[in-house]
Amino acid sequence: MKKLILIILSLSAVALAGHAQKFITKTGHIKFYSDSPLEKIEAHNRQVKAGLDVATGDFQFIVLLKSFEFVKALMQEHFNENYLESDKFPNATFIGKVSNIKDFNTGKDGLYDATVEGKLTIHGITRQVKEKGSLEVKEGKITGKAKFNILLSDYSIKIPGAVTNNISKSIEITVDVILDILN
Amino acid sequence: MKKRIHIAFILFLALFAFTATAQDEMTALLNKDAKPVIDYTSATFKTTRVVIGESSENPPPGNLIFVFSHHFGAINTGYENLYGLKQSQVRLGLEYGITNWLGLGVGLNTLNNTWDGFLKVKALRQSKGARRMPITLTIFGSTAIYTAKWQDPNRKNYFTSRMSYATQVIIARKFGERFSLQIAPTYVHVNLVPSYNDHNNIFSLGGGARFKVSQRVSINAEYYYLFPKQIVSTPAYSTFSAGVDIETGGHVFQIFLTNAMGENMESIITQTTGTWWNGDIFLGFNISRIFTVVKPKQFR
Repeated sequence: MKKLILIILSLSAVALAGHAQKFITKTGHIKFYSDSPLEKIEAHNRQVKAGLDVATGDFQFIVLLKSFEFVKALMQEHFNENYLESDKFPNATFIGKVSNIKDFNTGKDGLYDATVEGKLTIHGITRQVKEKGSLEVKEGKITGKAKFNILLSDYSIKIPGAVTNNISKSIEITVDVILDILN
Repeated sequence: MKKRIHIAFILFLALFAFTATAQDEMTALLNKDAKPVIDYTSATFKTTRVVIGESSENPPPGNLIFVFSHHFGAINTGYENLYGLKQSQVRLGLEYGITNWLGLGVGLNTLNNTWDGFLKVKALRQSKGARRMPITLTIFGSTAIYTAKWQDPNRKNYFTSRMSYATQVIIARKFGERFSLQIAPTYVHVNLVPSYNDHNNIFSLGGGARFKVSQRVSINAEYYYLFPKQIVSTPAYSTFSAGVDIETGGHVFQIFLTNAMGENMESIITQTTGTWWNGDIFLGFNISRIFTVVKPKQFR
């Protein structure tokens, strides 16, 4: 029994210590890009919230969909009204881990390959994803970068027949977040 | 042995709970001090017109909308006239959004060669979140000038005799995702009226609704009640219009039936000379195409 208490205590200690290992941002950048024969659509969100716990590898993203900005006002309206249904599903989220966090040393500047896996939720649908990206430590900040594709059909986002040539079925997502240490 | 399994099990549970709270903690951390944002209601109506009358919507800032409106002739004119297909009234219009709240537009109507120009000010925007506003309130003001030949060339005619003005206060609300409603008290001033008994100041109360059937199709209806005993020397009736909005990318098609021949607010209110009951119904459509003229800052 003593052992158990000891273990729980040491776990709590790790949890406490872990607090000092968190890096977060609220102004991260996510770009999405749809390349189709008729139209190239690009949108930017510069209010992405992200947090990384370098002790555990826990990695999280919260993306308010209404913060995506488009060139055309009408596209933005369609994005929120018709496709993502942002009133019903205001956020896209990712909750997961950097699985190779052990290779990682926050004390030293450097560029690391990162494998990120976890649950990506868009349009109310959650899928297990695994993507590769990079984490760069520089002057006490961590820059996370990744580029990957998602299929609209995976998240039951339906494109009406009339505009199938205007919107790509596969959307390229570019993530660029600069995380600051949390004191 | 049994005890060990117990301990392992408890440990496992503790570990599980621990990882769950760690992620929850992170979520809480990211959402902490989040400034509540103003969440404006969008697309109360799909275009700047409910059917033929103005809606609470303005052109988006930096965007130009070209509106082509077309009414055929009256259906009750019979086969001889192919139920109205032989005639047409057209309005060509351009609208531009200067800011989120200010829009302006011009139009040319084939009915009496009428030019119209308008300003539209969105004074209140329906929103939730950091600011709660139950309605959108839009003020619409326009001037119409007919440039066809003088109706009575024998009298002394002034240029101002060609002019009439419309003012509307449009109060709209989007109820949930599918249904929007507006009411629009409307005041029209006509500088020159045909007889002494006709009023120059004409009042009407408008109501409009939109019901979204699918992501791209909605059913719209609109009624303008003309208060009686204002226009007496010529027939003048309330207008009812109903139709379908179909949206494809940058275009909105509106196909409708109406008893109004005119396509600008002044003539919709004062120059509707027939009723649905008598078959003075016009098949019509609006096609609006939107162009982004000034890109948002970050895309320049």
